[in-house]
Amino acid sequence: MKRATDPRVLQEIQNDAKEAWLELLRGEHPLICTGLSTCGISAKALECLSAIESELADRGIAFRSMKVGCLGLCYAEPLIYIKMPNRPLICYGHLHPENIALLVEEVFDKDNISNNMTLGAIDLPEIKVPPVPGLPSIMEHPMIKPQVRIALRNCGLIDPEDIRQYFSHGGYAALAKALAMKPEEVIETVKTSGLRGRGGAGFPTGMKWEFCRRAPGQEKYLICNADEGDPGAFMDRSILEGDPHAVLEGMLIAAYAIGCNKGYIYCRAEYPLALKRLDIALKQARELGLLGDDILGLGFGFDISIKEGAGAFVCGEETALMASIEGKRGMPRTRPPFPANSGLWGKPTNINNVETFANLGQIIDRGGQWYYSYGVGRSRGTKTLSLAGAVRRPGLIEVPMGMTLRQIIFEIGGGVPEDKACKGVLTGGPSGGCIPHASLDVPVDYESLTEKGSIMGSGSMIIIDEDTCIVDLAKFFLTFTQRESCGKCTPCRIGTRQMLAMLEKISQGQAEMGDIARLEGLATAVKNGSLCALGGGAPNPVLTALRYFREEFEEHILNKTCPSMICKNLIAYAIDPERCKGCGLCAQSCPAGAIQGEKKAVYVIDPAACIKCGACRSVCPEKFRAVTKEVARCA
Amino acid sequence: MGLETSIEDRVRQLLESLPEKDGALIPLLQHVQSDQGFISHEAVAAVSEALGVSESFVYGVATFYAEFKLVRPGKHHFKVCLGTSCYLRGGQSLLDHISRKLGIESGKTTRDGKYSLETVACLGCCSRSPAMAYDGVIYGGVSSDQIDSILAAGDSRP
Repeated sequence: MKRATDPRVLQEIQNDAKEAWLELLRGEHPLICTGLSTCGISAKALECLSAIESELADRGIAFRSMKVGCLGLCYAEPLIYIKMPNRPLICYGHLHPENIALLVEEVFDKDNISNNMTLGAIDLPEIKVPPVPGLPSIMEHPMIKPQVRIALRNCGLIDPEDIRQYFSHGGYAALAKALAMKPEEVIETVKTSGLRGRGGAGFPTGMKWEFCRRAPGQEKYLICNADEGDPGAFMDRSILEGDPHAVLEGMLIAAYAIGCNKGYIYCRAEYPLALKRLDIALKQARELGLLGDDILGLGFGFDISIKEGAGAFVCGEETALMASIEGKRGMPRTRPPFPANSGLWGKPTNINNVETFANLGQIIDRGGQWYYSYGVGRSRGTKTLSLAGAVRRPGLIEVPMGMTLRQIIFEIGGGVPEDKACKGVLTGGPSGGCIPHASLDVPVDYESLTEKGSIMGSGSMIIIDEDTCIVDLAKFFLTFTQRESCGKCTPCRIGTRQMLAMLEKISQGQAEMGDIARLEGLATAVKNGSLCALGGGAPNPVLTALRYFREEFEEHILNKTCPSMICKNLIAYAIDPERCKGCGLCAQSCPAGAIQGEKKAVYVIDPAACIKCGACRSVCPEKFRAVTKEVARCA
Repeated sequence: MGLETSIEDRVRQLLESLPEKDGALIPLLQHVQSDQGFISHEAVAAVSEALGVSESFVYGVATFYAEFKLVRPGKHHFKVCLGTSCYLRGGQSLLDHISRKLGIESGKTTRDGKYSLETVACLGCCSRSPAMAYDGVIYGGVSSDQIDSILAAGDSRP
């Protein structure tokens, strides 16, 4: 491919790419697109693809194959889209290597493209094919219909390892547009859009850029925070794996607006595929002259290096992240000075999150007002949200801000599986909190979630059902935060540890009522006294749990029972003598040797020796179901 | 083949191969670990020498980040995800199961050096909980039966 030496050549490259894309869609051979993100691969997408390949090889059918990122319908993964000649591109889901033969038979042998694996047709306005009666559009899918995909615009639709496909979808047009504007105009457009930091803190992006632009100094740095450490969040991974050039283009626009010549992407090591695709994208952009000196012949130079994280949650905090790039322990420092004035290596530095960057191309392309037209109040535009936990359709979505949690969980996510009751939703990860079922009509925007005691955070939504014990959940989060605390400030280092100890006491049924007030007091002190957002947010899961589910804590303390039967000290396993057929599987599986009995007789669990691991219950054959789990009062 | 490269020479070679020398400590430790399998005391000394920083500084960084291993890990590696979604969808039971099967706690290696087991804060595969990585390959919706067949397959992947 030729180098984009000026905007006119870039235009030619984009036109050629559009032509190549149409060629791909109009081709006479079938086109097979496989969703190959980490989630798809973990669901055996590669095995499905090779099964298709061998089925088609058997039939002597020539075809073209390409990879795409994640469309967000993770619940139905692996996803494969097939486009037969003169037919629409159709997305098939719920595949596994064993039903591929059936899929190939239906689609290739019987031309039955609308079958029970069909999720819908992917709209391609650029090509005309005869309509297929009864074939649903993917746009009508309940998980897709309410979405407005801006940051995720190309995810699942293009090959993330081929820059031409990004071009064919309008890629890098916004860069050319931005470079023709004054840097101040670019900042003004971003300010008009109302875009706020998507990594969690929600600071207005345009304002942040302006601070850094105005900071004295020639050498300035731009950092993309791709250290998505919040357990439960996977939007940044999806964007990096599905559309890495969108992030690079956003970074280029930001670098031009601020006046940076050097950028870093700090990506966590747990995302090897994202790192690989970023690396490919950087090479391609460099080869075309979209990174390096004198970009598009307009005198602006910028390049990006990848820095791989090394597994520390605190490095999501900006000052800790910069310490880590500098090769030090990732410990936050007090602000001021703010990174805009003194950041990486003491130089003015601007840091934004992956999703923030991914939005920018569209904001420049379509204008700040256009972006501002989505959203509510001070929360404008869209937000990507990852749905996981007790939800029928886990996956990744992007919706205008202001949609209610109820719509998101029930209409988009399909509600809670197995007809269990929805207990609430955790937003914002370990720095967020649990919003109870009764408050699900709260709109998802920065301010409303904060008012409920939680945060937007990176946009993770973990739905919990009646089987989740809130005390255990609070304990889980504190286990995480106290382990990840960098140890620099006392409230976080010691406070989180003490909070965890108190929660353990409660979960073991050994606490007294006064402990609730003590826990609340300590949580408030840690929230107010910690140096950074890790410590400042760590008490939120506890405080929201106490705010909305206090009776559950009281149940553990006063009655010494765990209503959800999760806290090990407060449950007991027993074998129902009526149901036990004496098969002995439970005794074989018991790691503690706590089950005694003889074959064909009734087995008995010795409660004193039982470690409550539940192994016996999981091995007891479904037809007997003799092992019971019950609420037990601790002695 | 000549004499085996000393750790000092190897560390210097790895340092040379880094595209950027600014903030080289973490990338260098990452390269040393992928080259040697772990970061030995000798490697800490060699890194300290090569970068001109104290051993305690290198050690401080190496122990701060969860990725760095200071003891040799097993030949095969289980990394069980204990992110929120995985925890709620059976990640802990999965971990307990592997732990029982291997007879080791999380963070340890079996005596024969064959398997090691650790937990990870989140693999970002939350929509397919519980998830784990085995020898770098990510598995979603993992059941205890799947673990048993991985272990039964021994050295070869299922």
